[in-house]
Formats: sequence, structure tokens, C-alpha cells
Amino acid sequence: MNLISIAWKSLKQRRMASCLTAFSIALGVMLMVLVLVMFGAVDSAFTQRSIAYDLIVGPKGSDLQLVLSAVYRMQPPIENLPYLYLEQLKKDRRVISAVPLAFGDVTQEGSFPIIGTTPEYFENDYMPGRAFKIRGTRVNGLLDTIIGYEVARRNKWDLGSTFTIVHGGADSGHVHDEKFVVVAVLAPTGTANDRTVFLNLEGFYAIAGHSKPVVEYEQRLRDFYAADPERLATAMAQLEAQKKLEAEEASAGHDHAHHHHATPDAMKEVTAILVRTRPDTPFDSLSLTSELQKGYQAMAVNPVRPIQKLVTGLLGNIQKALVALTAIIILVSGVGIFVSIYNSMSDRRREIGIMRALGARRMHVFGIVLSESTLLCVGGGLLGWLIGHGLAVIAAPWLIEQTGLLINPWAINPWEATLFPVLVGLAALVGFLPAMTAYRTNVADALNS
Amino acid sequence: MSLLLERIRKSYREPGGSRIPVLGIESFAMNQGEQVALIGSSGGGKTTLLNIISGILTPDSGRVVVDGSDIAAKQEVVRDRFRAAKIGIVFQTFNLLPAFSALENVLLGMSFSGRGVDKAFAKQLLERVGLGHRLNHAPQKLSVGEQQRVAVARSLANKPVLLLADEPTANVDLANQQLILDLIRDTCRDHNVTLLMVTHSSDVADTFARVENLKDFNRPELCLQEQSA
Repeated sequence: MNLISIAWKSLKQRRMASCLTAFSIALGVMLMVLVLVMFGAVDSAFTQRSIAYDLIVGPKGSDLQLVLSAVYRMQPPIENLPYLYLEQLKKDRRVISAVPLAFGDVTQEGSFPIIGTTPEYFENDYMPGRAFKIRGTRVNGLLDTIIGYEVARRNKWDLGSTFTIVHGGADSGHVHDEKFVVVAVLAPTGTANDRTVFLNLEGFYAIAGHSKPVVEYEQRLRDFYAADPERLATAMAQLEAQKKLEAEEASAGHDHAHHHHATPDAMKEVTAILVRTRPDTPFDSLSLTSELQKGYQAMAVNPVRPIQKLVTGLLGNIQKALVALTAIIILVSGVGIFVSIYNSMSDRRREIGIMRALGARRMHVFGIVLSESTLLCVGGGLLGWLIGHGLAVIAAPWLIEQTGLLINPWAINPWEATLFPVLVGLAALVGFLPAMTAYRTNVADALNS
Repeated sequence: MSLLLERIRKSYREPGGSRIPVLGIESFAMNQGEQVALIGSSGGGKTTLLNIISGILTPDSGRVVVDGSDIAAKQEVVRDRFRAAKIGIVFQTFNLLPAFSALENVLLGMSFSGRGVDKAFAKQLLERVGLGHRLNHAPQKLSVGEQQRVAVARSLANKPVLLLADEPTANVDLANQQLILDLIRDTCRDHNVTLLMVTHSSDVADTFARVENLKDFNRPELCLQEQSA
């Protein structure tokens, strides 16, 4: 029999009090684990490289808003960029892939965002090392769509389903006439792609009401290419040609709405461009960013940094506050253990005296009491850790459904690694005084008590 | 010589600072394997004497030699280890630990000796006291007589050279009195263990070849004489 087994027997003797005090520690640890698991999921969702692109290019404005709209599809887009700039980027030797995103509309059912893009979006990985898995056929027609896993699940859509979209967001109330058809469904990705409907970029431009008056494009291009007269001249020439065509059609009495002409590039716009630069030249993305800031009314942002700033700045503090709160709960539970053991000491005085009479040294009885507090703290902590992660396992499917947040219930936060050494420290702290009481017990008096 | 007490003085300090003399023993000795009944009036210092012999208390002065070692001169930690290894104690109130089974109570005594736990020997001891079928019973599930038998087995667990028994039959019924008495005495005889048994019962004392009355060799006033000198 060693000190631990003697301590264990002693705890079993006071079964109810021991269970209650250990459970109070378990509750505190469980809360801490849940906080850490939740924040770990939020942290990994927002701060890891959640897309396999180096830069997101968009119009000048808030970098956070650009990332939230382009990557997480949480915010409305800022403004648009000329499509011509996409072509320009594609030709840049530093760029290996430039994928346009055009959005603004949502599905009538479920208000899922509609994004116009190119097939390249699905050829590239959606996260580093993770390729899209698509069930269905390729997008051929202008009204063909690929829908995310959540869109299919929530709206109960599958291949062949048809749907309509609302212009400019769910509140606008303007439903487009076009009937879109689902030709492919994405496998779950755990990203915003699950909640997105994709259609061909050309299809996006073809939606009635997406084109604006030519003069509006003219002004935007003048602003964008103010520092690049050569490209501005090319764009203006395209617009002039379009103006001429429209004038001719008007004089001939054609109804523009019923004739689809290929939209000239100068009249196309994209909301954001996802850019991959050459991995062997890491400074390419920096030089591209700096060129954009100087030359055009656009900006390039790192897809991770603005979110990281937000998460560490705001959520990081909330996490710290919650962890501090749970730490206080654990500390209070520790005080409960102290009270429980300390109160038991007067009842156990004789017991300690008997052990001493049988030859137990002062350090033996000191160690037994300290082992009791350690068993309660560490045992309670282990129980709380298991319950916390167990609850995370149970809550994971519900969380994905409600928030789209993919949590790894068994992910160990670095803070958790410090949990058990801290609990042992707490046990030593709360067990010290009762252990000293045991240490100082006068054997002869205790045997007479 | 198994036990030798020389010039033992013991007094207790009162809260006011004055001292109450308890023991003043010039000499007391027991041979190896000898069995002695110690009688005396209540409050006469018998329990204090047993505590001094076992090293739980230290005398103010004097020598307590057990198995050739003066334990009164040793540090507390050494006395504790010595007590665990060489001295068995049977208490009047049995003093079994309620959290432990009969077998575990016997093993507990072994675990503090530093010599390791011999489960087979512990079982053998319990079988010898007639409790082989009650090894895993908690003390509160045993009868009074059975509890005292477990206490006897526990006191012999470390094969002591000296057994101190403080009125071991005071709390048991008549039927069990003789049984326990025989058990203690026979076991000590079989293992050549020196036995010093405190008793108030003249019936018990009469069965011993040597009976010592504490008042015959204890002169507490010696403490005061030495203090004033």
C-alpha cells in the first residue's frame, strides 16, 4: 500500500464529499475546455490559411470588409473592379492564377450568396492541399450553377433543381426572371463555399439588370486608370464602340432586353480577384500589393492578416476573459476542496494518530493528505476534461448546422497542456494547510481523543 | 534484555507553566520473550509509560532501551521507523481504520515499516486469529471480538520484538476475553515476542507469571526533586 492508495481509500470513506468537490473542479475544467475548443475553432476558421490564394484584390476600402465578403461571404462587397484589370493581372508574370469573383445577388430561397466565377476557381484548391470534390456535370449554359453542400442540404436541392435569385441582397425584393438550374453539388468543405451558389461569370453578366449605363462605366474606368492613360484609352475605345452599337440598335427599334450580346470587357466588372503568385518568389505578392496601392484605385490584401488582427484583437480578449472566468471557477472549486479536507481533519485526528502509532512518519501523513487533494483536483480535472471534449463531440454537428463552424472536439489547446500542472499546483496549495495539520498532529493526544 | 527503562522522568507542563509529574522510574527491565502484566490505578501513568516505550512520547530524561537501542535518544523520524519495525501495539479501542478492510488494516502496519508489504503473511496472520474468511470485511462489519483479533494480527504484522497491549480485553465480552488473551499470549510465545500488557482486570493479571503494579516502581515525585535540585 502506498500513499496514493491510502489517500484513495480515505477519499472513498468520505465518498459524497469527495465526489461533490471533485465534480466542482470538473465543472470548472469542463467550462474551460469548452471555451478553448470553441475559440480554437473560431481561431482556426479565421486565422489559418482558409483559402489557397496569396492575395485578394478588390477596390480600395476596408481590407477587413474585402476579406469578409470575398472569403467568408459575410459582408456585402465594397465596390467593383474593371474586368480589364483581371485580364491585366492574368498577364502579369508574377501571377500564376487570377480568379474573378462577381457577386451581389442571393438565392430567393435561403438567401445564399450568388457568385459568378470561372472554372479555374474549382480547378484550384479551396484550401492549401484540399481540392474541390464535385458531383455533377460541368457548367455549360449561362444559367447552370454549382451549389455548395449546405445550400443543397438546407434548400433540399439536387442536380436538376431550379431556382430564382434576388437582386442585390435579400432585402431588395427584386427577383430576377431567370430560372437557374443546379448542374453540380460540392462535397462539404467546411468553408463558406458550402453556403454559396456559383455560376459562370458570363452567366452572371447576362442576368438582366446587371449592366449599367455606359457613362457610369466610363467614369469608373477614368477613376481606376487615372495613372495609366494607355489602358484607359483602350477601355474608352471599347466603350465608344458599345455606345455606337446601342445607338444603332435604338434607331433600328430593337429591344435590348430581348437580345443578348456578349458584354464588352470594358463593361464588365468583378467584385474581387483571388490571386496566386509564384511560390518560389515570395516577394511577388508584396511588390504586387505595393504597385496596386500606388497605381490604381484598388488594393490587394493578405487573406489572413485582417481577420487575424480582428480575432486576436477582439476575440482574443474575450477568450482571455472567459478563460480567466473559468480559472476563477476552478480556483473557487479548489477552495471547496480545501474546506472539505480541512473540515475532515478534526474527524480524522484519531485516524492520523493510529497511523502514526503504527509507524507512519510525519511526512507520510502529510503526503497522504496532499495526495487526497491531488487526487480530487487531478481526478476532477480529468473528468471535466473528458466531459468538456465529450460535449464538444456531441455539439459539433449542431454547431456546423447552426454556424457553419467546423470544430475539432479533440483538438488540444496549448492552454490545456498547462491545465494539469496548474491543477497539481492548486492541489498542493489547497492541500498544504490540512496536510500541515496532519503533520503537526500530536500522536498521544490524537490517540486519546 | 528486550526492554530496559533507566531513570525515566516524565512530567507534563500545565498551561500556567507549572509541571505535573507523571513518571519517575529508576529501573524496569524485561527479558526477551517475557510476558508481564502491568496494573495500576487509572491516571497513574500506564498509558504514558507505554507511549514512552513505543517512542510516541519522549521522557524528560532517562534511557528507553528496546532490543538494544536507546530510542529515547533518537530523533522522531528514527523512532517512528523503529516503532514500525520492532514494536507492535494493541489498543484498548482496537483502533482499526474504517476505510480499510481487515486485510488492509494489517497491510497498513506493514506499509510504514519500510520493509515492504507481505500480503501472504498478513493473510496467514488473519487466518491464525480465525478471520481467514473475513479478509475483505470492513471493520464496522466485524463483531467487537473480531475487530480486536484484527488489531492483534496487525500488531504482529512486522514481526515485532516487543508487543505493547493497552487493556486489550477491556471492551470485549467475556467469551471473547479469554480468546483474545490466549491469542495474544500464545502468539507472543510462539514468536518469542516480549509482551507488556496493561490491564485493570485481576483475573487477567492472575494468569501472568509476572505482575507489576506501576505504583510499586513509579515515583513521580522524583521529577520534582530533580527539578528543584
